[in-house]
Amino acid sequence: MTNKIVIDPVTRVEGHGKVTIHMDDNQKVEEARFHIVEFRGFEKFIQGRPYWEAPVLVQRLCGICPVSHHLAAAKAIDQIVGAHQLSAVGEKMRRLMHYGQVLQSHALHFFYLAAPDLLFGVDGPVEQRNIVGVIQQHKDLALKGIKLRKYGQEIIKATAGKKIHGISAVPGGIHKNLSRKECDLFINGSSELASLKDCIDWNQEVIDFMIDYHKKNKSWIDSFSVFDSNHLGLIGEDGALELYHGNLRALDSKGRAILNDIDYTDYLDHFEEDVKEWTYLKFPYLKKHGPQNGWSRVGPLARLNICDHINTPLANERLEQYRKFAGEKIINKSLYYHWARLIEMLHCLEMIETLLHDSDLQSNNLIVTGKRQKTGIGVIEAPRGTLIHHYEVSEKDEITRCNLIVSTTHNNMAMNKAVELVAKKSLEGQEKISEPMLNEIEVAIRAYDPCLSCATHAMGEMPLDVKVLDSRGHELFGRKK
Amino acid sequence: MNKLSKNTKKINILLDGKEVEAQEGENIVELAKRHGIDIPVLCYYEGMGECLGTCRVCTIRWKRHHVSACTLKAEEGMDLTIETEDLKDLRKALIELLFVEGNHFCPSCEKSGDCDLQHLGLKLEMTVPRFHYRFNNRSINFDADKILFEHNRCILCKRCTHKFEDDNGERVFAFKGKGSNLSVEMNIERANGLSEELVDQVVELCPVGAILKKGKGFDRPIGKRKYDE
Ligand code: SF4
Repeated sequence: MTNKIVIDPVTRVEGHGKVTIHMDDNQKVEEARFHIVEFRGFEKFIQGRPYWEAPVLVQRLCGICPVSHHLAAAKAIDQIVGAHQLSAVGEKMRRLMHYGQVLQSHALHFFYLAAPDLLFGVDGPVEQRNIVGVIQQHKDLALKGIKLRKYGQEIIKATAGKKIHGISAVPGGIHKNLSRKECDLFINGSSELASLKDCIDWNQEVIDFMIDYHKKNKSWIDSFSVFDSNHLGLIGEDGALELYHGNLRALDSKGRAILNDIDYTDYLDHFEEDVKEWTYLKFPYLKKHGPQNGWSRVGPLARLNICDHINTPLANERLEQYRKFAGEKIINKSLYYHWARLIEMLHCLEMIETLLHDSDLQSNNLIVTGKRQKTGIGVIEAPRGTLIHHYEVSEKDEITRCNLIVSTTHNNMAMNKAVELVAKKSLEGQEKISEPMLNEIEVAIRAYDPCLSCATHAMGEMPLDVKVLDSRGHELFGRKK
Repeated sequence: MNKLSKNTKKINILLDGKEVEAQEGENIVELAKRHGIDIPVLCYYEGMGECLGTCRVCTIRWKRHHVSACTLKAEEGMDLTIETEDLKDLRKALIELLFVEGNHFCPSCEKSGDCDLQHLGLKLEMTVPRFHYRFNNRSINFDADKILFEHNRCILCKRCTHKFEDDNGERVFAFKGKGSNLSVEMNIERANGLSEELVDQVVELCPVGAILKKGKGFDRPIGKRKYDE
């Protein structure tokens, strides 16, 4: 007889997901599954719409990383209107928006969703393990986190028109620039907004905190949800970390190239997606390596694994320190995601600084166009990883086909693996499942920062309801919070 | 512009019980505006000439009847009721009906921020319509070179069919069908013959995002649109 544990929904992740753990009679974990339980259908209902709506409509998939969808769609539609090289201001305004987005999203994830586990412990008091607990017990850290996030959001508002679901990335460029005065405000800060220097200093402090945390918890981190995988992401021409535009690179768990800096518009030649009947999320993999071995991790951990260096000095220094601490170039430990995320935030702040001093942002040459084509493919590194938007458009301007591969989809297999490993370690042989045991599973998922919103429309409070079921679906025991 | 003419006879009428001076035959929407009363309008626009009276959003009360203010002309001794709670609610209901009859998805509509229907929904504090959505199955016409016709958003106001002509004085848009099957048909050949200026004009004329200039998209930043604060 098989027992089944259900965690539904998984809390402190963005969206609505569910975990089931299937156990045999000997209380051994047979299989763990991470389900995305609701269906959005954006690929279908964008069909029949005019192409210029795609960047504005498809971003409604998500309220957390809409900028990534806005920009990935805009990049794809640039190709439709033949804008293969944007104007300097077009490219730089979009980059600025994107760095603001990665910064705010990473800050949200680290301070609001992950910090409670790190500060209070996986088995800390449940009532403390949330952002309110962080504010009460670590006010200074919480305020810095909130202000860092706000900084990113204000950058988005200034570049996209509003903090959530902006409209400025249009086919072939951008519909607004940024005045010198606005740039100076972001550099110097105001009574309402932190200065750029303060943000960089705070980010550095949090990285120091993280190093300290790793030192104190090394044995746990080094054994928690560690597994070999490939790592995938965009890469700059010189092998630098690249979040906005580049080629696609994948390395295996030992650092050997398995996807060699390909032009992302050729993604269909290299990728396929597997389907399972128990989840709406597909399982992408590299064709050449098949579904079993061809899947990759994406996001901060993968990006820092695949890059040769970072082209901003402070973040690059931190990258070297991070690799030295881990003692390896390719890190396959799930909990390193958080540290990697903080280094990327620093990189974003440095890139924001460079852009804010660039007079191209005041240019009026906002939009370029060229020869129309039928296919548009846009790829971007969203906060959680590689995001692919692909559109086919008729001569009459109608979108006829759309394919989206979102970051969480790439990480699907990795999250299933992470859940299974933790379940095997903490649940096997247990008579009763305690709340900290369940939280450990959530901690593993949270490391990947899944943006389940891409697949759900959950809102409001998220209760945790856990059930252990026998093979006929009868409840053996359960736990609710 | 509803200019006050020196030759027209001056008369007195009552607006919500207050006596005001008017010119005989003056448009009631403009008259009310002169006296600080803002009657919501949708198919009506200033200087349009003969009013269409299709949307009824400017409904007021006269002689215990509901009438559209845009088609009503000032007469001596008129006693008009405009700003009562029931009339405000009736006007809001008319806006709600337009929302449920079409398929209006403001978040991805490029007319958002410039749209008269959206503006009125916000102004009249509409949140959720009291009527059921009809989810009518409507199409988009991609066939013209410069114009995209989005039937989902058309409120059948008649502006394009009655107030717009091409350079040869020919109508480009016409009504087709009856009752719930009524729709606007675009003459593709004539639409393709329109100059850029005329395309811009008809896009501006349409109070919603039903007539769109192809490729124009979201060309202005938030903050620079007609109804941005
Ligand atoms: S297309 Fe626009 S102008 Fe023409 S009837 Fe419909 S809503 Fe009115």
